[in-house]
Amino acid sequence: MTEKPLLQINNLETFYGPIMAIRGVSLEVHKGRVVTVLGANGAGKTTLLKTISGIMDPEKGEILFDGQPIQGLEPHKVVRAGIVHVPEGREVFPLLTVAENLSLGAYTRTDAAEIARDRDLVFSYFPILAERRAQEAGTLSGGQQQMLAIGRGLMLRPKIMLLDEPSLGLSPILTQEIFAILKRLNRDEGVTMMVVEQNAAVALDLADDGYVMELGRIVMSGTADKLAASDDIKSFYLGHSNEGARGERRWKRKKTWR
Amino acid sequence: MGVLQLLISGLANGCVYGLIALGFVLIYKATEAVNFAQGDFMMLGAFVTLGLVNPEYMGIPFWVALPFVFLIMGVLGYLLDLIVLRAVFGQSQVAVIILTIAIGFIIRFVVGVIWGHEPQSLQSPLALGDVRLGSLVLGLADVAVIIVTLLMTVALWQFFQRTKIGLAMQAASQNQMAAYYMGIPVKRVQGMVWALAGIVAAVAGILYASKGSIDPTAGFIGIKAFAAAVIGGFGSLPGALMGGLIVGLIEPFAARYLPPGYSQIAPYALLIAVLLFRPHGLFAQVRAKKV
Ligand SMILES: Nc1ncnc2c1ncn2[C@@H]1O[C@H](COP(=O)(O)OP(=O)(O)OP(=O)(O)O)[C@@H](O)[C@H]1O
Ligand SMILES: [Mg+2]
Repeated sequence: MTEKPLLQINNLETFYGPIMAIRGVSLEVHKGRVVTVLGANGAGKTTLLKTISGIMDPEKGEILFDGQPIQGLEPHKVVRAGIVHVPEGREVFPLLTVAENLSLGAYTRTDAAEIARDRDLVFSYFPILAERRAQEAGTLSGGQQQMLAIGRGLMLRPKIMLLDEPSLGLSPILTQEIFAILKRLNRDEGVTMMVVEQNAAVALDLADDGYVMELGRIVMSGTADKLAASDDIKSFYLGHSNEGARGERRWKRKKTWR
Repeated sequence: MGVLQLLISGLANGCVYGLIALGFVLIYKATEAVNFAQGDFMMLGAFVTLGLVNPEYMGIPFWVALPFVFLIMGVLGYLLDLIVLRAVFGQSQVAVIILTIAIGFIIRFVVGVIWGHEPQSLQSPLALGDVRLGSLVLGLADVAVIIVTLLMTVALWQFFQRTKIGLAMQAASQNQMAAYYMGIPVKRVQGMVWALAGIVAAVAGILYASKGSIDPTAGFIGIKAFAAAVIGGFGSLPGALMGGLIVGLIEPFAARYLPPGYSQIAPYALLIAVLLFRPHGLFAQVRAKKV
């Protein structure tokens, strides 16, 4: 890949007061690809996405989008640049209808005809949203709200979509379903994605490339296939091991990247 | 006075309470701040209109002056948010409350300095006098107040449902973080809500001054309007209006049918009853977030 990355992050550091949540993260997302960032609770995944989307300002480092620095910009300027953040825990507008939620996704756009076309596109990927378009978003099921949050993000027609744990709180079947839709969106519509996940199995299946984050640092990176084949990922994120008889001693095993 | 007359004058008072309550709720929903100067905003709106329209001041025709009143009050609301309230951003609720109470004092003081402390009457096209239908005496101003409030309610409703900025205001008040994620400039939208609250206060002030005279202490009815907003359910715009109407109706009927003095406390007695039995108010919009 000689082409310049769509999103490039260099040595990013973000703090909550004295707490350093992002400790010098660097990563790249190329156009048309899906990149996943894996990590356990508290690794700093959400903080990383919030720093990209301008909800939080980094202390150090740079975020280049299409070659332009965007770190520290106000969130609405980041959105206008073409970055949409689908937050952890859906965060829909509970008293507004599904249709109104979707139209707010296109808040920064003015091309009415194109917006209508994109809404039809969202409805074709998530037929349940078309069916429930007049229902208040707060009364949707958790899975439907996740679909709405993704659909609302698509309404921006983003250059890149940042997804924060889309599998959170969903049944395995619904998780599969949503990740299958994400895969189609990437393949058929060419949507570039950065997906933060704890569910490494589905995330690595979807992604082209991956990073592993721990305590605010990137500790491993590579193609999704390479990561999926790695022993560390297998035992600590995919939840199965090839250790057989040693299985009961697994808790003692040291991660090799430490 | 007949029951019908009580009803109409009660409703007219209730409309003014309701519009002030609407201002409370608008700002509360958008910014989680309670603007205790909302009653004084109403009074200020009345005096700004009076200053522009009355012949002893500038003498501009009412309908020409009206857009300027809205502009002035809207800009004042916006600036108050921009300059004063954002300075205490992140401070406790108490700080905001005390600040807005202080702003109320300042408004009363400034109005007193500019226009004096004597009661004055606005040359309002709504101040139509009474009409006698047999034994019935109807205040036409009261009827006009009710009609204008109805129109204002419909206009606001359309604004929130049909305009992009109205939808953005709803979004920012329901889920501020998600509004940021959608690229809504939340701070600016909140400023516009303050501007809108200023305009609503101006309408309330004009209606108030059309029913009788006005002086710088008129803003104290903001306390009743606050009670009305709580009775209606502090998070609900229709609730605020309904709460206002209820308080407006209770007063004259309590004055008529209860021993003397009770009408003063009747709205607050209702307030306490509502807080005890329906703490979210009569018309609350509560929807738990799904996980
Ligand atoms: N508002 C906050 N104030 C202080 N510390 C915070 C705040 N939010 C997060 N942190 C800390 O920053 C670190 C990273 O949190 P973050 O939410 O980014 O983790 P995460 O990887 O998204 O975890 P999860 O998988 O549980 O969502 C954690 O140690 C957390 O305690
Ligand atoms: Mg998180």
